[in-house]
Amino acid sequence: MAAVSTRDIIKKFGEVPAVNGISLTVPHGEFMVLLGPSGCGKTTFLRIICGLERQTSGDLLIGGDIVNDIPPRARGVAMMFQSYGLYPHFTVRHNIAFPLKTQGIPRTEINKKVEWASQLLGIGHLLDRRPRQLSGGERQRVALARALVREPTALLLEEPLSNLDAKLRASARQEIKQFQQRVGVTTIYVTHDQVEAMGMGDRIAVIDGGRVRQVGKPTEIYDDPADRFVATFVGTPPMNIVAKNDGYFGFRPENFLPKDMINGEACTEFNFRVDRSEYLGSERIVYGVIEGFDPKQVITAKLPPAHVADEWIRPGEWHPFAVRNSALRQFDNDGKRASRH
Amino acid sequence: MAVIAEPIVKPASRFRFILDRRDMLGSIFVAPAILYVLLLVGVPLLMAVYYSVSAYTIYNPTWQFVGLSNFVDILENPVFRETLYNTFIFTFGSQILGLILGKFGALVLLRPFPGRKFVRALVILPWAVPIALATVAWQWMFDSLYSVINWTLIALHVIDRSQAPNWLGNPDLAMLSVIVVNAWRFFPFAIVIFLAGITAVPQDVLDAATVDGAGFWRRNYQIIMPMILPIVAIGLIFGIVFTFTDLSIVFLMTNGGPVGATSVLGFQGFQTGIVSGDVSHGAAISLFMLPVLLIVVVAMLRFIRRREI
Amino acid sequence: MQRSGLVGVLRETSFYGAVTFFFVLAAFPFYWMVITSFKENSDLYNVTNIPFWFNDPPTLEHFRYLFEKTLFTTWLLNSLIIGLCVTAITLVTALPAAYSLARLTGRNGEALGIGIFLTYLVPPTLLFLPLSRVVAGLELQNSMWSLVLVYPTFTIPFCTWLLMGFFKALPPEIEEAAVVDGCSLFGAFIKMAIPLSLPGILTVVIFTFTLTLQEFVYALTFVSASDQKPITLGVATDLIRGDIFYWGEIMAGALIASVPVAIAYNLFLDRFISGITGGAVK
Repeated sequence: MAAVSTRDIIKKFGEVPAVNGISLTVPHGEFMVLLGPSGCGKTTFLRIICGLERQTSGDLLIGGDIVNDIPPRARGVAMMFQSYGLYPHFTVRHNIAFPLKTQGIPRTEINKKVEWASQLLGIGHLLDRRPRQLSGGERQRVALARALVREPTALLLEEPLSNLDAKLRASARQEIKQFQQRVGVTTIYVTHDQVEAMGMGDRIAVIDGGRVRQVGKPTEIYDDPADRFVATFVGTPPMNIVAKNDGYFGFRPENFLPKDMINGEACTEFNFRVDRSEYLGSERIVYGVIEGFDPKQVITAKLPPAHVADEWIRPGEWHPFAVRNSALRQFDNDGKRASRH
Repeated sequence: MAVIAEPIVKPASRFRFILDRRDMLGSIFVAPAILYVLLLVGVPLLMAVYYSVSAYTIYNPTWQFVGLSNFVDILENPVFRETLYNTFIFTFGSQILGLILGKFGALVLLRPFPGRKFVRALVILPWAVPIALATVAWQWMFDSLYSVINWTLIALHVIDRSQAPNWLGNPDLAMLSVIVVNAWRFFPFAIVIFLAGITAVPQDVLDAATVDGAGFWRRNYQIIMPMILPIVAIGLIFGIVFTFTDLSIVFLMTNGGPVGATSVLGFQGFQTGIVSGDVSHGAAISLFMLPVLLIVVVAMLRFIRRREI
Repeated sequence: MQRSGLVGVLRETSFYGAVTFFFVLAAFPFYWMVITSFKENSDLYNVTNIPFWFNDPPTLEHFRYLFEKTLFTTWLLNSLIIGLCVTAITLVTALPAAYSLARLTGRNGEALGIGIFLTYLVPPTLLFLPLSRVVAGLELQNSMWSLVLVYPTFTIPFCTWLLMGFFKALPPEIEEAAVVDGCSLFGAFIKMAIPLSLPGILTVVIFTFTLTLQEFVYALTFVSASDQKPITLGVATDLIRGDIFYWGEIMAGALIASVPVAIAYNLFLDRFISGITGGAVK
């Protein structure tokens, strides 16, 4: 019995389907990331799981029970909103206690749980403050404490890191992930940032146009993309996709190296002319054109700076580059993976 | 302490979640308001229409249907025709005057100067204070014997005592006085509307115009005015609707006189329907306001919609 | 540069001239109201005296007369009672209605909201005729309770619309969080929406009160008994003996009745403006 399971959920706003048939199963304790660009339907789907929207058709099961017509408060889920949604007129303590109060839990119980949640998140010293007196990071912790204090079946997170500045984001990512592993709560995490997704998810569901394109572990998503969208959405810089007679083939920039650097393995060669390069310290990104294909298409290569001689990347010159065959991906005309390795 | 989360225990009772049903709650919440409005605005409106086509007076409360004869009656009555004419003059005159004052008042209040807050508070007064009380003050100011306006004019040797205008007793002056008072009441509202509109114009649009060489007046008339037209139109709708249907100023200052020179629709409806008790004719007179109002409101809403930027 | 100096001075003078013009235009009648209420009758009714300032020393006799020899205090009380009752009725009706239209009813809600608001534009000088028959039928004629019945017909539409604006401005996450945390929609309304829009509610209360104080047409139509009149009607129509207007008393009464309204408007002016123009100004 999974914690959260959906069967062919469709949600239409008027005639437009925001969610176009998603069937997903999230086992207990898993950290599932819903990844996709803005407008792909991931947030709508999350809100359906939560109960803030009702699906047009399809079934939603939480803890094995169908909850299609049950309001949020009886579903056993907790949600952390992108802007936290803290109650501005309550103290932090009251914010965290609120979900317990609404269930009529006796006061002594409530106090114990509030203590536990605030210790867990390290905000015990903030209990008597108001949300407007807290920093962004502190507010996030309060929101998390409030979500967890009910010990929900599933914890839903709506782009929690997008309000933090870049520096905080990396450490917050760490904290959330470690935290989830400690507590073990089933988590569904929505984001458009593929770095977050790859770094945090046990599994990732890549969503576009209201549909799940692929579900799998980060390694599967990265190495074994199910279609062109997944292949280009995940990975920076994105996979190079080149059109050929009956479809496309693709290779990731880090797999596109000077021929001499590839020893032994079977590989496919390309004549490559560098147009410009960017030195980023830990790597060098090189932009150019491969011979025999669309001259307007820019191909990227990601090279380790230390091992590449400057002469290989002088602008204007043609050099043999190659991709290991094991790293080459084939796509058919519809964009789906033709043969999987 | 062990921190493994466990699934929550489902609530034991399957209550019907009635307070959660969006549609149900939505309807229940709106119901009292809609009921009140339907019963005390909708139904009376229908009653008014019915009165206008019946022969109902308070002395003879009969619901006998008489077709459009009430309307024919009032249209044939020269007093009514004059009332209709007066109402348009009254509305038109006071709105235009009020708008002009409002526009320039807004421009003046835009620029910060010492004491601006105080001046702003004072300028709002004509609109804020109850209409009847402000009208009474003007009534005293226009008094035939003790008018301070006349006193000033005499003291400045513009006129002498024998020429002192009888503001409320002379038909043309009475209309002018009533228009002035209504414009005076309206212009603070116009200032507020203009200020709100002008401050809503994004600064970068104005800056771009300045860089493009537009001077003060051009900026005003070619950039700002078109952009604030929708909100001014809304203010104008309010102004027109309330002026066209008003009776307070006329009732208090001139009682419709002299000899009907300032009688307006609202006032005549009151005289005929309430004071004289001729409900059906009174209703017919009042209903005359509706077509004008509808046309004005619809026309302006169309105008606004077309101009939405 | 001398030329710009002169132009600058001219510009400044005309600017301040304009300021003074508007200032005097708006405020003079009130100055007149104030000074009249404090002037001796002998000073008031003497054409040879300069009217702009006191010739005899200022007096409180008009105020004394007002409070002792007229029904002024009764009128004040009436207005207070009417105001409180109408405000209560309006709040109870308009708060849930506004919330429903802002949050619970989607696109139909928008249309309904505009519809309700448009009833505010239906003129009293049209409705007063049938309403007078309704009032007579309910045996409320000549009683101030007829006004308590009728005033919500315009306060409810306006306040619903105003409150809709305030509710829409609340970030929806807070109510959503409350719903996820265990409130019903009704609970979210009571525990979240209302406490968080108290400033808006206060504005609406003040505004409703001033609306009832300002109203004249219905009061004139339904109430003729002197002791049932609200203050505006009383001061404007009842301080006359025969043909003689008691100007001193009238102005004193007008002053007292105007001051609270003027203060209220000034304190809440900014909120009124944002409420009224909130929808129009994008």
